[in-house]
This record gives sequence, structure tokens and C-alpha cells, in this order.
Amino acid sequence: MPEPKQPEKLIDDKGIRIDGRRLDQLRPIKLEVGILDKADGSAYIEQGKNKILVGVYGPREAHPKHIALPDRAVLRCRYRMAPFSVDERKNPAPSRREMELSKVIRESLESVVLTDLYPRTTIDVFIEVLQSDGGSRCAGITAASLALADAGIPMRELVAACAVGKIQGHMALDLSDAEDKYGEADLPVAWVPNANLVTLLQMDGILTTNEFEKGLTMALDACKTIHGMQQEALKKKYLVIKEVAEEREETEVVA
Amino acid sequence: MSFTPQLPPVAKLEQKTVVDLVANGKRIDDRTADSYRQLHIQVGLIEKANGSAQVHLGKSKVLVGVKVETGTPFPDTPDEGVLTVNAELGPLASPLFETGPPSEQAIELARVIDRGIRESKAVDMKSLVLLKGKKVQVVFVDIYILDHDGNLIDAASIAALAALASAKMLKAELKGDEVVYKPGLHSLPLNNHPVAVTFAKVGKTIVVDPVLEEEQVMNARLTVTIEKNGNICAMQKGGLSGFTQDELKTVVHLAVQKAAENRAKILAAAKG
Repeated sequence: MPEPKQPEKLIDDKGIRIDGRRLDQLRPIKLEVGILDKADGSAYIEQGKNKILVGVYGPREAHPKHIALPDRAVLRCRYRMAPFSVDERKNPAPSRREMELSKVIRESLESVVLTDLYPRTTIDVFIEVLQSDGGSRCAGITAASLALADAGIPMRELVAACAVGKIQGHMALDLSDAEDKYGEADLPVAWVPNANLVTLLQMDGILTTNEFEKGLTMALDACKTIHGMQQEALKKKYLVIKEVAEEREETEVVA
Repeated sequence: MSFTPQLPPVAKLEQKTVVDLVANGKRIDDRTADSYRQLHIQVGLIEKANGSAQVHLGKSKVLVGVKVETGTPFPDTPDEGVLTVNAELGPLASPLFETGPPSEQAIELARVIDRGIRESKAVDMKSLVLLKGKKVQVVFVDIYILDHDGNLIDAASIAALAALASAKMLKAELKGDEVVYKPGLHSLPLNNHPVAVTFAKVGKTIVVDPVLEEEQVMNARLTVTIEKNGNICAMQKGGLSGFTQDELKTVVHLAVQKAAENRAKILAAAKG
């Protein structure tokens, strides 16, 4: 697909962005839990045009064995972009960017997983970006922590993530592809709400220290909102199961 | 695929010593929480490179070489030169390093340094174009770790800036299809001076420029790269845990101060 042209303005005179959002507005988010059959846990997220699938396996026997740790589970993570996920086909070989993101995403999840309960095992998180639209590492983290919970892996809490950035001199929440590309800065953040810890923080572009502080506050507020959505998505899965069970009970009574 | 690394078995006693010292406002090498180890910068060691710098940050030693060659631009930036940063964490530098393809630590290191230089627009990429879309000058920044005693990011950032600031290159021109070099050397066009400042959270305390013993017991790490006007141009958090919002605010302000101190030392050393 040809790349869309650079928009003349990222923000119009009324302070509205190219996709119709205000500066402090998230893109629509859809979360689903437990959608893969073979994986121990899975989740799917749509955030703007991002479409990301996460599968979790484990705790399972470490393979190769030498990576196992005697006092805790090893957390493994792979962030991967499908070749068709971007405008110009991405080479399927793992890029340096993907390797770096796999590392920072793993580190953003380590502190919430109770790894010491499963020594000598691995817990594997596979993040597949099917379509990418800016902020895919954050959407990936949001979905990955849901998939871990869906796998029944004991966790302290869910991790929520969201990026902020600077476009035309203004701090703006949850940058889309075009805003990330033509904007001045990008600041992805992952947050563990109850522990009050920022577990992923990266930045590129130019920000003053004041802009950074403002952006961080905006990102953390958005993470709170996303954290609520994650909890709803997890509950929804069990509500569906409950409904099915109740229906079955009713038919059994009639029979 | 990224997996939880196996840290060398720091004896529990040593681990406790490091954490307890930091908790009491001291450090294993007698520094304060906000001071760097001794910094020594030497430029121009490698005559065949356009620019080079060796940095000793305490016992950590890093050598950076800068090479300028002609090549083709990326299709999406036909009117800009090319900047490539690579890092080698060779097995001579530490028992923790192995031969083979670059580890994720090496990739992260190179990409963090790259981000600082690129996002601050330090190298004037427009001036490296010889023929738009066809021929440009390519700046290679190669980071060689010689001895690993902690905080490789800052040592590499300092060495990279010193090497770039002291680099000399021939003026290239295009005559027909051929690149010809004019006699006489001039400086590599540098518009900004990004400096990375790295912090480690040991226990609940944050220290700057962590030594290896501190890195092995830290909860989290944060690198803040500051450009010459005191703005942030790159950041990277590492480590298994995280930072609170208040900690991040404090750290960013301290980074601005520390970067300015180190920048003055780097530019003085680069002038020779």
C-alpha cells in the first residue's frame, strides 16, 4: 500500500487532530481475552488501526535447559511485526528494533509476574503485531498483561501502557502513525498502578523537562483509564462463561 | 526472543553490602549518590579513523571510532546522509560477554546512543548529501567495549560525542559520476552535543553512574540523554522493576545538570 501523504497540519485551528481527536483523547480501544485455543492465555487489542494478538504459554519446562533459573521462572518475550502490518512490506527477519522492543516489553512485565512461584520454568509471551498504527509497543504490553492473566499466571496486578508525544508544539495523547512520524517527540510509558511504578519509559525527539512532566502525567492518567478497560475485558470473559453455564442449568431443569 | 538474563552469582553478602551502603548514603567506591567516577577522555588514538576517542569511566573502558565513507541514502530520506551506530560487546571486555551475533544488550546500547545523536540532530545530515537520492556520505559510529565495569551507556555516549566532535574528514564532491576529494581536512558538521546520563535504583535510592556491582543488584535503570540546550532528546528505562513519577521528575532535573558538566569535559578533550 502506498504511504499516505504528509498531512498539512497535525492539529487544526480548533485544536482537533487529523483523526478528529482532542489532544488528551485516546483512540478507540477494543480488548478481548481468551481468543486462541492452544495458547494457555491470549488476548487481542485494537487501538486505532493497531491490531495485536498476544499468546502466552507457561509456566512450562525451560527449553533450552541452560536458560532456566534456579529460584524463579524465566520470562521470555517476543515482539514481532507481521510483514504485512506496515505500508511497505517489512522483512520478516527479526530487526534490531524488534529485538530492543522485546527486551523493554519483557522488562515492563517482569515486576508484576510472581515468577518465584515457578522456578526452573519459562513463561513465554508472544506479541504479534498484525497491523501497526503507532504506539504498538504500548498496545502490546496492555494486551500481554491480559494474556498473562488469562493464562492463570499469578500476578500482582495488570500493567497498562500508553504513549504520549509532541505534535506541533503540543503534548498529545496516544499518537497515531502519522503523528508519530511527523511529530516532534514520542514518549511510550507503561505503568503498574498500585505499585505506582513506571516500568517502561522510552523517549525520542526533543522535549523540555516541563513538557516531559506534563506528558508523563497525561500518559499515567491514560494508563489508569486503560487499566479499567483491562479489568472489564477480563471480567467479560467470565460473565460469558457464567451465562452459558446458567443457560445450561435452566435447560437441565426443564428436561 | 528476549529472556530474563542470568546474573552472575553475586555472593549474597556482597549484594547486601552494596544495597546497605547505598541505603546509608554511601557507595562501594566511596562516591556520593550524585557523583560520577573519574572521567578520562583521550581523542585521536586511531589515526586511520576519521575520529576516535577512548573513555575511561572509572574502570570501564570504551573506544569509539568514527568512519566517514560514501554510500547511498535511504529511499525515504533522499536528501540526508546516513548515520549508523553499532556496538561490540566483545568477550575480552567481561566474562559476561560471549562471541556470536550481537546480544540484546549490545543492540540496546547502540540504539540508545543512536537515538541521542539522531534525535538531537547532532550530525548535520543535510550537509552530507553529494547527489540527492543517489550519493551521500555515511557516518559510521562504532562502539568498542574494552573493559566492562558498569554504566557502558554513559561511557559510550561520552566517547561517541568526543569522537564525533574531534573527527576530521575530507571534503567530497561529485564530478560526473565520480566522487573526488578535495585536499585539506575539515571538521565533521556537528550541530548538537547530546550526553547520556544513567541512573540506577538500588533498593529505594537512586544513584548516578552505577558501577558493575550496583548494576547487578539494581531494581531499575534509567538513561536520560540531554542535548546542548538542556532539553531531553532520548530516554531508555531498563531493569526488572521501575520508577515512581516523583523519582522520574527528580532524575530528569539531575540529568540536565550532570550532562552539562560532562559535556564541558568532552568538548574540552575533543579540542585537544
